[in-house]
Amino acid sequence: MIPHAITLAELLTLSGVLFALAVAGIFLNRKNVILLLMCVELLLLAANFNFIAFSRVMGDINGQVFVFFVLTVAAAESAIGLAILVVLFRERRSINVEDLNTLRG
Amino acid sequence: MNPHVLLAIPLLPLVAAVIAGLGGRVIGRAGAHTVTILGVAISCALSIYVLKQLYAAGVPTFNGPVYTWALTDGVHIDVGFLIDRLTALMMAVVTFVSLCVHVYTIGYMSDDPGYTRFFSYISLFTFSMLMLVMANNFMQLFFGWEAVGTVSYLLIGFWYTRPSAVFANLKAFIVNRVGDFGFVIGIAAVFSYTGSLSYDAAFAAAPHLTHALIPITAASSVNGLTLICICLFIGAMGKSAQVPLHVWLPDSMEGPTPISALIHAATMVTAGIFMVARMSPLFEYSDTALSFVLVIGATTAFFMGLLGVVNNDIKRVIAYSTLSQLGYMTAALGVSAYSAAIFHLMTHAFFKALLFLAAGSVIIGMHHEQDMRKMGGLGKYMPITAVTCWIGGLALVATPFFSGYYSKDAIIEAVGASHRWGATYAYWCVLLGAYVTSLYTFRLLFMTFHGEERFRHPEAAAHDQQGSQTVGHEEGEEQPAAGGHGTEHGHHGAEHGHHGAEPHESPWVVTLPLIALAIPSLLIGIFTVGPVLYGSYFGRSIFVLPANDIIGDMAREFHGAGPLGLRGFLGAPFWLMVAGFVTAWVCFLRRPALADQAAKTFGWLRTLLVQKYYFDWFNENVIAPLARGIGFGLWKAGDQGVIDGALVNGSASTVGWFGGVLRRVQNGYLYSYAFWIVIGLAALLGWFLVRVR
Amino acid sequence: MFVQIIFLIFATLLVASALGLIIARNPVYSALFLVLCFCNSAVIWMLTEAEFLAIVLVLVYVGAVMVLFLFVVMMLDINLAELRQGFTRFAWLGWLTALAVIAEIVGVVWSHGLTGLDVGGSPVPEPQNYSNTLALGQIIYTRYAYPFELAAMLLLVAIVAAIALTMRHRQGLKVQDISRQVSVRAADRIRIVKVEAEKRT
Repeated sequence: MIPHAITLAELLTLSGVLFALAVAGIFLNRKNVILLLMCVELLLLAANFNFIAFSRVMGDINGQVFVFFVLTVAAAESAIGLAILVVLFRERRSINVEDLNTLRG
Repeated sequence: MNPHVLLAIPLLPLVAAVIAGLGGRVIGRAGAHTVTILGVAISCALSIYVLKQLYAAGVPTFNGPVYTWALTDGVHIDVGFLIDRLTALMMAVVTFVSLCVHVYTIGYMSDDPGYTRFFSYISLFTFSMLMLVMANNFMQLFFGWEAVGTVSYLLIGFWYTRPSAVFANLKAFIVNRVGDFGFVIGIAAVFSYTGSLSYDAAFAAAPHLTHALIPITAASSVNGLTLICICLFIGAMGKSAQVPLHVWLPDSMEGPTPISALIHAATMVTAGIFMVARMSPLFEYSDTALSFVLVIGATTAFFMGLLGVVNNDIKRVIAYSTLSQLGYMTAALGVSAYSAAIFHLMTHAFFKALLFLAAGSVIIGMHHEQDMRKMGGLGKYMPITAVTCWIGGLALVATPFFSGYYSKDAIIEAVGASHRWGATYAYWCVLLGAYVTSLYTFRLLFMTFHGEERFRHPEAAAHDQQGSQTVGHEEGEEQPAAGGHGTEHGHHGAEHGHHGAEPHESPWVVTLPLIALAIPSLLIGIFTVGPVLYGSYFGRSIFVLPANDIIGDMAREFHGAGPLGLRGFLGAPFWLMVAGFVTAWVCFLRRPALADQAAKTFGWLRTLLVQKYYFDWFNENVIAPLARGIGFGLWKAGDQGVIDGALVNGSASTVGWFGGVLRRVQNGYLYSYAFWIVIGLAALLGWFLVRVR
Repeated sequence: MFVQIIFLIFATLLVASALGLIIARNPVYSALFLVLCFCNSAVIWMLTEAEFLAIVLVLVYVGAVMVLFLFVVMMLDINLAELRQGFTRFAWLGWLTALAVIAEIVGVVWSHGLTGLDVGGSPVPEPQNYSNTLALGQIIYTRYAYPFELAAMLLLVAIVAAIALTMRHRQGLKVQDISRQVSVRAADRIRIVKVEAEKRT
């Protein structure tokens, strides 16, 4: 009905770009733990894009159900992540990623 | 034959040895010597009984296992006995001489603190030797072989606080080891060809093995049976002290005289001779090996005898005599005259043991002085010893009608009649050896029992001897030996110490065995030469190919012991013996000045003889440093460098280094971990893309 | 055609705001860029007729999660000066890897023969009275009822975890410790003393 509709390829490309940018954000960032958490959200967004794209192109509603649950889990995870961040800030008084190296081998 | 009787023969001395050894403190000296003498005496009686059964009663030979020690991969390793006439003869000789030595030891070692230990050892030795001769498989033979070597080591170094004794026992053990190396190779070769360790299998396979070839290099190969026989004989060379593995026997005189008599005259050193005779079914098929045996034996016979002429220690002279006589036996083996070799082994056991025990008697009578230059004229102080010693000496030089004559002359004649390669050389060696034997024997007898009594004037005697009979370095070389042996019980200053005291005859426990041994030395030849040597005594226990049967040929001319004895007066050996007697009488009794004249003229020869043909020098200065150097090099480079350094420590440090490198990956930063994950993902994706396209 | 243009605009905005997110020095800017990302994604999702999820994205993600983020960012006393310091040494490697990943994903997606997937397909247009909400509701409360309940439990756990992590006890309060009260023993409270009976005087 809508001519020249969005193709699957375009959607997948878009989600891939988002994913790559999010990952680049994770390891380019050395200063800010909050940025780390936000890039994780972006990763999840990219994955959600994939789900929506495939779900709509294949006509299967289950993909969107999955997005629903991913959103839920992402919310829970960001809440806890921020709680941890707050506690970390209380202890270290800094959110510099380069200070978090006690797991060093 | 009752296997229990046979088992009792070696086990009784073993049990006695264990009791005396472990419980010596509990049962005391009398208990120790009683239990061991009882064990050996019963063993001796049983051995003679077995001999009688085999020979007189015609009981068949016993060949069978008594106890299976191990059964691996189809190979039986048993304790088994092969009791045929050869074995029975050896058993009787071993136990009889052992019994005489046991009784003698009561007197000889009476004031030694290691009394019970000594009895335990000689009983243990009897057990080992019996296991050796009674074996019916190579494993037990080897067990006995090593056991007698070990007990010999223990006994030579009996006075282990003396460095010379320790040196001697190590030397004996190490030289024996060299021989054993060849022996083991021989046994392994037999096993690899026949798949079994028993004598029967080896003997049955011998005719077929003559065609087997063992490749040595890509181009050359050697006959299998020849190699086996030569390797086995190398073992015999070590044990029976043939050139060049003879160097341990003179040093073994560091041990007490009873064991010189028992081990280094009558029994252990004859183990090699016995082994070759026992292996006659193998040796007969290899002419090369027999020629090898012949040449070595003849060389030992002559050249070792020469060394006895220049030595001044009474025991050493008899030791060189033993070496020479072993050479005779080996030469007899070399011409396939096995029965002559065993016959000479038997007669030699008696008169050599007698000579050693008599020498021991002289030594105790002279308060532990062993240097003949300080003896002389002892005949009237120690009559029994002197008479028995003369009997032994006359037997040794092969005076007709004495036991030694029948055996030694048979050997000389057999070697002369043989056409084997090397027989001519061997004949001249053994023939001239008769002269040399007589020379050193009568020298010993005259210097010890007759002539002036040099023990009364030790300084004068020493100076006389120094000027007359010795050259400088021989004095220097012998003095430590004499000083060492003269102090058999730790008395020092033998040169100036006890010679003022009168020599005296030894107690009855010492002289009784002398008499007991003198009787066979005199008579056994006459009675046994017929059946044993020329008769069918050995029967099937010794195998001789008809072409090589020299003794068989000689047997045709044998008409009895009497005529044979009379014929001796006409033969060349007898006149050589007389020449030796005359030479010794003149040079060492009448006019000793002639002796030092000869010594000065033939100085170079004397040096060569005194240095024992430089064998010891070679071993100590070439072989030993070489071995030590190899060991050191292997330790430094191989053990420390390669194994410890590269393999053990190297692998550990490599792992450590690698770990050190790897741990830098774990830097604790999450972002770097994420980075590596993504890099991995990118790589995988890239690989996937490339591969699929 | 119209759809494509809209999609292109919003996709560009989306990528740009993602870039801005990772490049921005100030974390507040990053958070706001993320909000922009989500809004753009919601529009694109609506273009593909997944409108319920688009609204949920805006309501839940932007409305709750991003607000939380901004709250935390502004609560923490961050040293902005330190944050403004330069980039890391290996930044180029990071960019290179990101480009490589993008190139590979594009390569996988656009090469037809690789996966057998028809990437030329478009979302199937829905009929006029299609309700995405109804369709989702029909399936969530029936087939996915159990996971739905579990998701609720998950959220409960998250609440409890967040509180447990960050709660600070005030010092010096006298609070009942029930477990200690219950585990008391008689010997801790009573001590029997033997007293000598006094003599009558």
